[in-house]
Amino acid sequence: MTVNMGPQHPSTHGVLRLVLELDGETVRSCAPTIGYLHTGIEKTAEQKKWQQVIPLVERMDYLSAQSNSLAFCLSVEKLLGLQIPERVTSIRLLIAELQRINSHLVWLGTHGMEVGAVSVMLYCFRERELLLNINEMLAGFRLFPSYMRVGGLREDLPRGFHAAVTAFLDRFGPKLDEYEDLLTKNEIYLKRTRGVGVVSRDDAVALSLVGPIARSAGVDYDVRKYFPYLGYDTYEFTVPIETAGDVYARYKVRVAEMRESAKICRQALQRISPAGAYAVDDPRITPPPKDRVYTEMEALIQHFLIYSQGFTVPRGEAYVPVEGPRGEQGYYVVSDGTNRPWRVKSRAPSLLACQALERLIVGGLIADVIAVIGSIDVVMGDVDR
Amino acid sequence: MDASALIASLQDAVPGAQFEAASSIDLQTTIYAPRDAVAESARALRDRPELAFTLLAELTAVDFWPTEPRFELVYILVSIVHRARIRVKVRLNADAARVATVSGVWPAANWLEREVWDLYGIVFDGHPDPRRLLMPEDWEGYPLRKDYPVQIRKTPEYSQPLQVTADEFRQNVERDRLTRR
Repeated sequence: MTVNMGPQHPSTHGVLRLVLELDGETVRSCAPTIGYLHTGIEKTAEQKKWQQVIPLVERMDYLSAQSNSLAFCLSVEKLLGLQIPERVTSIRLLIAELQRINSHLVWLGTHGMEVGAVSVMLYCFRERELLLNINEMLAGFRLFPSYMRVGGLREDLPRGFHAAVTAFLDRFGPKLDEYEDLLTKNEIYLKRTRGVGVVSRDDAVALSLVGPIARSAGVDYDVRKYFPYLGYDTYEFTVPIETAGDVYARYKVRVAEMRESAKICRQALQRISPAGAYAVDDPRITPPPKDRVYTEMEALIQHFLIYSQGFTVPRGEAYVPVEGPRGEQGYYVVSDGTNRPWRVKSRAPSLLACQALERLIVGGLIADVIAVIGSIDVVMGDVDR
Repeated sequence: MDASALIASLQDAVPGAQFEAASSIDLQTTIYAPRDAVAESARALRDRPELAFTLLAELTAVDFWPTEPRFELVYILVSIVHRARIRVKVRLNADAARVATVSGVWPAANWLEREVWDLYGIVFDGHPDPRRLLMPEDWEGYPLRKDYPVQIRKTPEYSQPLQVTADEFRQNVERDRLTRR
């Protein structure tokens, strides 16, 4: 029998379409079809000024918006040759780790709901709300804050930021234990996830699977450890590894990653002073503070120049990957020396995870398809761009 | 890994091919590989123990229209064993925008090459499944090319209700499955 699953299916995390051929309950072949969410962001980015690309890239992988903009900013800053202040680097790292917790919470909630544990979804979204509140505090936006800018951050940290993050971290640890109580030894959950959607170590590398999917199959590839950026080599944390390569292993890796991220957040929070530099001191790139724009002629001219013409970026290309919630994430940017990018290419971990679906699903049961799609954590905005 | 060691190793694996080191702002080891030696180079990059670039992190293209060579293919490779990352580039002229597929070496290249074909119109010889990936199958043109217009006024075609019978649908799926083999 042939089953057409999606694109309008609540468990495909967007608009993924699978054509499944069944033999009884066993899946004999699976053809993923994508492109329903293709919006041509890479083409649009070529028409925008460098700073204007940031809101665009945040909307690609909409569950980890700030990892996207971080990767883009790092690549452009590499081309510009900027030295980013220490404090900004620590804040970015803290935001990136909070984003990882945020994304994993959405994943845990939706995945739990799909395999029948609806209560997990309610609890996860409760904690995620606190993270969205922190985003709102930072930038006024909850999902797509556009707080990262080329050259630093949009503005300084708001008052009460440290207290809000500390309150979240204090609350989050015990709550994570509660989620684990719901799932880790839950007989139904174990039956639905153990030995399901298995990917071997070699297959994971050959299919370019990265992030939690690869680490659950025994590949210890983590950009934070392999090619440290933002000073990750000065933080103490471990990279959780599992070897089973099934859905349950992916669950365990992601939950352990959330704990590690919380640990990194605490270390970063200690390094961040409540006030200080929030962007590079470069008049070409960083707009002057608003109070100076309103009172000084030079500052007004500078403000006007930055917002009307933008800045030029030296000719060349750069690619600085970061470890996003779904694995290696980066932007290959090419500049022709003008104020607009010549090419912006997003390295999308979800696209390759989606490609691997065929390998993971074929041979399994139709009932496990949902569990497998959930476990690879695809964001269709990142797949189709 | 620096470019000279990489090139020496590749020269050894693919005799006669001309590799050349390229400068890069982000201090990433970058080399240019000749178009005709892409398949052999890919195999050597993956299989030689001193290289062992088993992970294809990214495969994409850049269009430098109107200059020639017009296209540049970019392969970003990671060696998990040696903790190294390199960039291999291939120059392509506009009138010969085709290159051998590497999907036999890195299976992940399958969709990445389809995307490049879809958006740039670069042909990958020997690709197992040469179809568009993101755009509709009947789309005309290659949207990421620089000479492709940014704004096109086109009246949208609304979808018709499905007119095939269950048997025809099954045949379509079967044909689709066979062509993908």
